Amino acid sequence: MAQSAEHVLDHFELFRGPEYQQMLANKKKMFENPRDAAEVERIREWAKTPEYREKNFAREALTVNPAKACQPLGAVFASVGFEATLPFVHGSQGCVAYYRSHLSRHFKEPSSCVSSSMTEDAAVFGGLNNMIDGLANSYNMYKPKMIAVSTTCMAEVIGDDLNAFIKTSKEKGSVPADFDVPFAHTPAFVGSHVTGYDNALKGILEHFWDGKAGTAAKLERAPNKKINLIGGFDGYTVGNIREIKRIFELMGIQYTILADNSDVFDTPTDGEFRMYDGGTTLEDAANAVHAKATISMQQWCTEKTLPFIADHGQEVVAFNYPVGVSATDEFLMALSRISGKDIPEGLARERGRLVDAMADSSAHVHGKKFAIYGDPDLCYGLAAFLLELGAEPIHVLSTNGNKAWEKKMQALFGSSPFGQNCHAYPARDLWHMRSLLFTEPVDFLIGNTYGKYLERDTGTPLIRIGFPIFDRHHHHRSPVWGYQGGMNVLVKILDKIFDEIDKKTNIAGKTDYSFDIIR
Amino acid sequence: MSLAPTQSIAEIKARNKELIQEVLKVYPEKTAKRRAKHLNVHEVGKSDCGVKSNLKSIPGVMTIRGCAYAGSKGVVWGPIKDMIHISHGPVGCGQYSWGSRRNYYVGTTGIDSFVTLQFTSDFQEKDIVFGGDKKLVKVIDEIQELFPLNNGITIQSECPIGLIGDDIEAVSRAKSKEYGGKTIVPVRCEGFRGVSQSLGHHIANDAVRDWVFDKVMPESKPMFEPTPYDVAIIGDYNIGGDAWSSRILLEEMGLRVIAQWSGDGSLAELEATPKAKLNVLHCYRSMNYISRHMEEKFGIPWCEYNFFGPAKIVESLRKIAGYFDDKIKEGAERVIAKYQPLVDAVIAKYRPRLEGKSVMLFVGGLRPRHVIGAYEDLGMEVVGTGYEFGHNDDYQRTAQHYVKDGTLIYDDVTGYEFERFVEKVRPDLVGSGIKEKYVFQKMGVPFRQMHSWDYSGPYHGYDGFAIFARDMDMAINSPIWKKTKAPWKDVPKPKLLAAE
Repeated sequence: MAQSAEHVLDHFELFRGPEYQQMLANKKKMFENPRDAAEVERIREWAKTPEYREKNFAREALTVNPAKACQPLGAVFASVGFEATLPFVHGSQGCVAYYRSHLSRHFKEPSSCVSSSMTEDAAVFGGLNNMIDGLANSYNMYKPKMIAVSTTCMAEVIGDDLNAFIKTSKEKGSVPADFDVPFAHTPAFVGSHVTGYDNALKGILEHFWDGKAGTAAKLERAPNKKINLIGGFDGYTVGNIREIKRIFELMGIQYTILADNSDVFDTPTDGEFRMYDGGTTLEDAANAVHAKATISMQQWCTEKTLPFIADHGQEVVAFNYPVGVSATDEFLMALSRISGKDIPEGLARERGRLVDAMADSSAHVHGKKFAIYGDPDLCYGLAAFLLELGAEPIHVLSTNGNKAWEKKMQALFGSSPFGQNCHAYPARDLWHMRSLLFTEPVDFLIGNTYGKYLERDTGTPLIRIGFPIFDRHHHHRSPVWGYQGGMNVLVKILDKIFDEIDKKTNIAGKTDYSFDIIR
Repeated sequence: MSLAPTQSIAEIKARNKELIQEVLKVYPEKTAKRRAKHLNVHEVGKSDCGVKSNLKSIPGVMTIRGCAYAGSKGVVWGPIKDMIHISHGPVGCGQYSWGSRRNYYVGTTGIDSFVTLQFTSDFQEKDIVFGGDKKLVKVIDEIQELFPLNNGITIQSECPIGLIGDDIEAVSRAKSKEYGGKTIVPVRCEGFRGVSQSLGHHIANDAVRDWVFDKVMPESKPMFEPTPYDVAIIGDYNIGGDAWSSRILLEEMGLRVIAQWSGDGSLAELEATPKAKLNVLHCYRSMNYISRHMEEKFGIPWCEYNFFGPAKIVESLRKIAGYFDDKIKEGAERVIAKYQPLVDAVIAKYRPRLEGKSVMLFVGGLRPRHVIGAYEDLGMEVVGTGYEFGHNDDYQRTAQHYVKDGTLIYDDVTGYEFERFVEKVRPDLVGSGIKEKYVFQKMGVPFRQMHSWDYSGPYHGYDGFAIFARDMDMAINSPIWKKTKAPWKDVPKPKLLAAE
């Protein structure tokens, strides 16, 4: 018995002891009917080959380890970015338990959201009664200022009509007639969480701008000097949105962040649970129609929202998750052009510091090969930054990327001498990535927490950037946008590079050379 | 924050009753009437906890519950390591449940073991419109080609499958035949079925019965020579290694564990279980169905046990030994004696730090009652508990064996109710899930996740008890809870004097 009260062993050490190891070996041999060890080894090796890669890439139906989630997750993420807004997902309740868990595991924060808890009878008769009761309960219990409705695939398959249901619910007195209940259909079998973000945000803006589902007059646009900014689905929303606000303030620009969830996913521990915190006020959401322009930081998160805004007479500008020097330059110059304000010296200084840092460390990143996976805009932004560093983003894979994204990525690669051997892989998953890493190895992998399985299998060191990050804490609190954000990304990449060099040179008596104290 | 020792049971009961009345006020009348049936103050001597359970959750209230898919894929089937479990339908369900339950296993992941992979048919609009059976056929073919060492496949239905009329049973039969009798199990665990995870457990149990047991020929030769001491562990999901720290005790007392359901389990173990002499059942809620079936069909008795905390472990070891001869009974005593010094040391170290502390629980499966003994071993008191998806038989067991007079009982608690209860009762610790964790920590209340063991564990068995005690101490006695108030906000403002 290894366990002791003095030095409590938990799962890390406990099961490595001889008693447990013997027990597990016995279990396997006697009862598991295990595969022949040589056969396991043979298949393991075969799965690394170009032949396996070819079969793997020929898959048409099976998805293994995708890097995408479903629409309603994005809808919930966008909805909580509005003041005192309760997301209400119409359909099965288990889905909501999943979204809440998923967001909480990433942000280490509460995630509030309700469901209309539809079951078999609702599948047969429709979910109208669930909507009527659900809205009344949520309204009374959680006292929101707005309830933003989206759907699970169940409600979509049976064809529930949100517009009609909400109207009926109001007639039945579930919520006051003038209470804001914007909605969006968010079928899980179309697109991904970034699509859901787009649909939900568009639904909310449409609600405020276009007459609240026929219950109010449409807003007449009276252009002002403000700029709207949309962050998109972003695991770094807390750090990024705060950085963007700082930049707006430094430049003296009047702005509205749409779907600003930077506070609700970062509330203090001070004795009070804030179910709602911060967020775009409903007034600002409505008045956003008057803005001079709207900037989206993520094109693929706003494919429907931006044209909708453009139709209301605003200029719209889309970026692809700007990270690094040039992308931030372009972002700031766009702000300057639209607002007529100069870029202050302070930001030029920050730029200079990022360039300084990149120059200092360039030798360690230059020529390194990377694989990246994640949401389409994130992939683009990170790949562009790597190219600036003289690194090569050899494999860039996005499960929720499409053909247009692929084309845009290839154009980016074509624009840099470091992009010549790089490829974009739309609509592929992490099992495809596994084959890529075995057959065309790279030095580092950039991705979310699930990349740790790829790191273990292929030995490619993982730099955790993306969503979700479950197994490292607090990264979402620091920005990756702006020059300061670029600095954070640079440091993250460099730390891993140096750690790897040290790890490969740390055997005393064998690799004492190269284990340098100054790098 | 602990209960004042002067508070009498009558006072606690009165306060709890008042609390219930208070939370009900927030609801519209119809909802208040329904929720009132799920909340109660336990009266000693009653046969159950006096609450309704296993009823539909009310729309819009923020239930903590999940769905049938979560009960089948997430709980029962997912941990069977050498089979591939297809999340059949859109991408989300499989994604959110990917690797989050910490069902430990040993194997070569992606080659002969598949627990931490996310296999999905990733339904698109055309699959909804034209049906997904053809896609499923292709998914199975591609699995066979790329993962040739899988020992079987299960199809875990997501909501759309049952709504669009797919015939996954027909596909399973046809593909099984085509692949030489391969075990392919269709599971009708669509998320809209039933009221919670619970129906998913039942459906998953039935799928084992119909698609695994019924396939095994009764005359087929067992892989091993049977012994009179063969038992199967049923209803342990090996979260953080729980089943392992349980198995070691059963083996030390002289029993032979021939199967684990389903943590670190394999298809061969499921198939061999009808050869067991006794099924020992930990999570009654999720696996009583298959235990009853094996009793009826194969005459295998089953016995519930509880491996949380030394008092219940001792009771359970003796209870299990009671089904066997003296050799095993002596073995049980030997095991109890062997671990007693560890138990004494753990209690000596942690009990003084935890004595008198109060706990409120809200969990699923067996834990709302099973862990109470472990807290009591440490001198702590559970003052409120409830089940996410329990049935009346769970509340009977809770009332008759576990809770004290005056305990606050809340079935399928809503977010609102749980917050208000904790706010008023101010326990020293809350044990619940990830969705609740940060809510209570923000309020300054220490918290442990009692689904995932907060990424620690195991908590089962003697080895697990030491970890459990350490973790509860770490949560409650963390210095951070003294820092939640800014010091300048604690200072009482000087009162103005009349002359000022």
